Amino acid sequence: MSHRFEDVASVRTKLADAKYLADEGIAGIVYLADRLGKPVIVEGPAGTGKTELAKCVATITGARLIRLQCYEGLDESKALYEWNYKKQLLRIQTEGDSNWSEIEDDLFSEEFLLTRPLLEAIRAEDPVVLLVDEVDRLEVETEALLLEILSEYQVSIPELGTVVATQIPMVFLTSNATRELSEALKRRCLYLYIDYPDLERERQIVESKVEGINENLADQVARIVRSIRQLDLKKHPSVSETIDWARTLVLLGIDKVDAQTATETASVLLKYRTDIEKVVKEFADNPDELTPDGV
Amino acid sequence: MSIAEPSTFGGEHPLLDLLSDFIIELRRAGLPVSLTENLDAMEAVTHIPIEDREAFKYALGATLVKNHAHWKAFEVVFEVYFSLRGPEYEVIREGDDALSGEDGEIGAGDGQQPQGGGGGMQSLTPEQLAEMLFKALMNGDAAMLAALARQAVTRFAGMEPGRPVGGTYYLYRTLRNLDLDDLLDQLMEASREEAPEDLTPLEERLERDEFSDRIEQLKREIEAEIRRRLVADRGIDAMAKTLRKPLPEDVDFMHASREELANLRKAIYPLTRKLAARLARKRRHGRKGALDFRSTMRHSLSYGGVPAELKFRYPRPSKPEIMVVADISGSVAAFARFTLHLVYAISNQFSKVRSFVFIDGLDEVTRFFDGVEDIGEAVHRVNTEADVVWVDGHSDYGHAFGVFWERFNRDVGPKTTVLVLGDARNNYHASQSWILKEVQHKARKVYWLNPEPRAYWDTGDSIVGEYGIHCDGVFEVRNLRQLERFVEKLV
Repeated sequence: MSHRFEDVASVRTKLADAKYLADEGIAGIVYLADRLGKPVIVEGPAGTGKTELAKCVATITGARLIRLQCYEGLDESKALYEWNYKKQLLRIQTEGDSNWSEIEDDLFSEEFLLTRPLLEAIRAEDPVVLLVDEVDRLEVETEALLLEILSEYQVSIPELGTVVATQIPMVFLTSNATRELSEALKRRCLYLYIDYPDLERERQIVESKVEGINENLADQVARIVRSIRQLDLKKHPSVSETIDWARTLVLLGIDKVDAQTATETASVLLKYRTDIEKVVKEFADNPDELTPDGV
Repeated sequence: MSIAEPSTFGGEHPLLDLLSDFIIELRRAGLPVSLTENLDAMEAVTHIPIEDREAFKYALGATLVKNHAHWKAFEVVFEVYFSLRGPEYEVIREGDDALSGEDGEIGAGDGQQPQGGGGGMQSLTPEQLAEMLFKALMNGDAAMLAALARQAVTRFAGMEPGRPVGGTYYLYRTLRNLDLDDLLDQLMEASREEAPEDLTPLEERLERDEFSDRIEQLKREIEAEIRRRLVADRGIDAMAKTLRKPLPEDVDFMHASREELANLRKAIYPLTRKLAARLARKRRHGRKGALDFRSTMRHSLSYGGVPAELKFRYPRPSKPEIMVVADISGSVAAFARFTLHLVYAISNQFSKVRSFVFIDGLDEVTRFFDGVEDIGEAVHRVNTEADVVWVDGHSDYGHAFGVFWERFNRDVGPKTTVLVLGDARNNYHASQSWILKEVQHKARKVYWLNPEPRAYWDTGDSIVGEYGIHCDGVFEVRNLRQLERFVEKLV
């Protein structure tokens, strides 16, 4: 089958066109996923663009994004398929007098099948990207639902037989690592860890995502965020929070951050009171802090 | 073990052998690499041009390492196996050419430097070298830093072939000669002078962070360079063995280095989050309750009075009350710290948590944790502010238990689970083990967690056996993995 990407570099440039700045690792693994036809588990701190990656890959490959949001209690009928029993009942009632074996055959045909995201991804004729979001919220037992799809790209429906994918979709599973995923699942997938970006990449992300930001401010934002991440905090600012913060600054018409604005707007960046206090304290350690310093 | 058809790689291929050695080493380092993953890795590298070292590394990483905590260990092994290869590998030769090319350019670019052939740096005086280093750090010139790191190792590490010392020694020697601490201040000074106006404190701080970052980068370069040379000198296998370190969850509390402790501290937060999520789930899903008649009837109304959907009363197991009694004397302090941290992080799983620390005196430290969001900070205060020394600051379990019994015995009730943390090295004081016996009578359970390897128990002044007979369980808890297992069992 034909591949979606030429080489690693092309993945990177295409993603960059879609305003997703991938680093070497991300681009390399997306490329491999395409070549090997394997799903990718994307793990990392919240707000580093895991879901965004799947969306952007869908955009650049011109594919439809099919999303399965996982939650506790998700089951087969919500993830794979379900029989439309109301319709089946109607069918039985309307033809009460015709012969039973005919109806029976008819009842379990595709007409009465409600496809759910996983089956839909398998049956799709057009190119699709399947995103299984927050897979760590599933219980370990439910995880097994995914195994057949992920390794064989097929779904077995007892009444119908096996539905095999016409094309291998790209599959992304995201996880916030609230629990260890099962070995069986991990074994079938490539593993990508998206960490906080380094200074340079974060600056570029801010520049590309925040309209009307000047280079200086973007640089300063990235550097301040890096300094904050070095502190021992309950929750470090994520990339999306960095972007929010940069947007706030732009909206406020600030083009140079000083300590005062930084501490005043810290609540955009940090979500815990103790964290904010810590940062404010840390940055106020210097003597003439919190007084307008004439810049 | 036949791993893949060599023909996929086009006949004889040394890469294949190297890869399987590499994977064997990963397994030795404790990474769980399965056969399928092994095969995936073999296939993955056929899609990656081997000249692209970074992509090669990520391809191997994505197929072989499925846990981010193991990434560091993977990187070290990768460095050893793939950073320095014999002439049959295009990768390295190219890399080296490129780098020495840079050296040349640097020499040529800078007018003051003598134009030596090849490296160009050999003939520099130490002062000139320091100056170049200063400039490179000032401008954040990564290629230059790498070249300088190489040069610094050549000059200062004093590496001798075949000498059986670890890389740390060479690293120390190199860094001492470079005097990086001073350099940071000098860099700050220079950047202050360069700035058109005075730096605001915020800018100053950012500058400082930036420079520290660059200096860190230099250190990493130096470390990598030393490692490369050691590999060249001693061979891959020997080096891989020397560098093999336990994974974070296997690090022994009692013998952890400062760096390992820092890593442990970082590992503990995600661990507690995982544990809390898992425990909460477990609690919700215990489905052994009795039939809830009333609820079943109510729901039957929507089926025309047929009780089609049975409703059960979910059990609400009572949460245990925890008392942690921890020895915080030197050798076991780290262990006590981690356990306290973990217990408090999941304190919502318990109806009440009280903690006591002792050396030879005993002090209740619950107050430090009350209403505190930052557990790390509270644990730190316990270590610095608790009043635990009675006579000489050597562990005296007997006396500490005595104080506990005298002051708190009324608080131990049938719902209380008591955890005693310590190595039971009593410095030959009286054991007073009758107290533990009494406590066991009153409490629901008494557990003892010992951070020492089981083989050392009851040797020397350790009397864990004597205490152990009055406990409902004595556990060896030497690393995070064992601690996690115990806590899960506890709840």
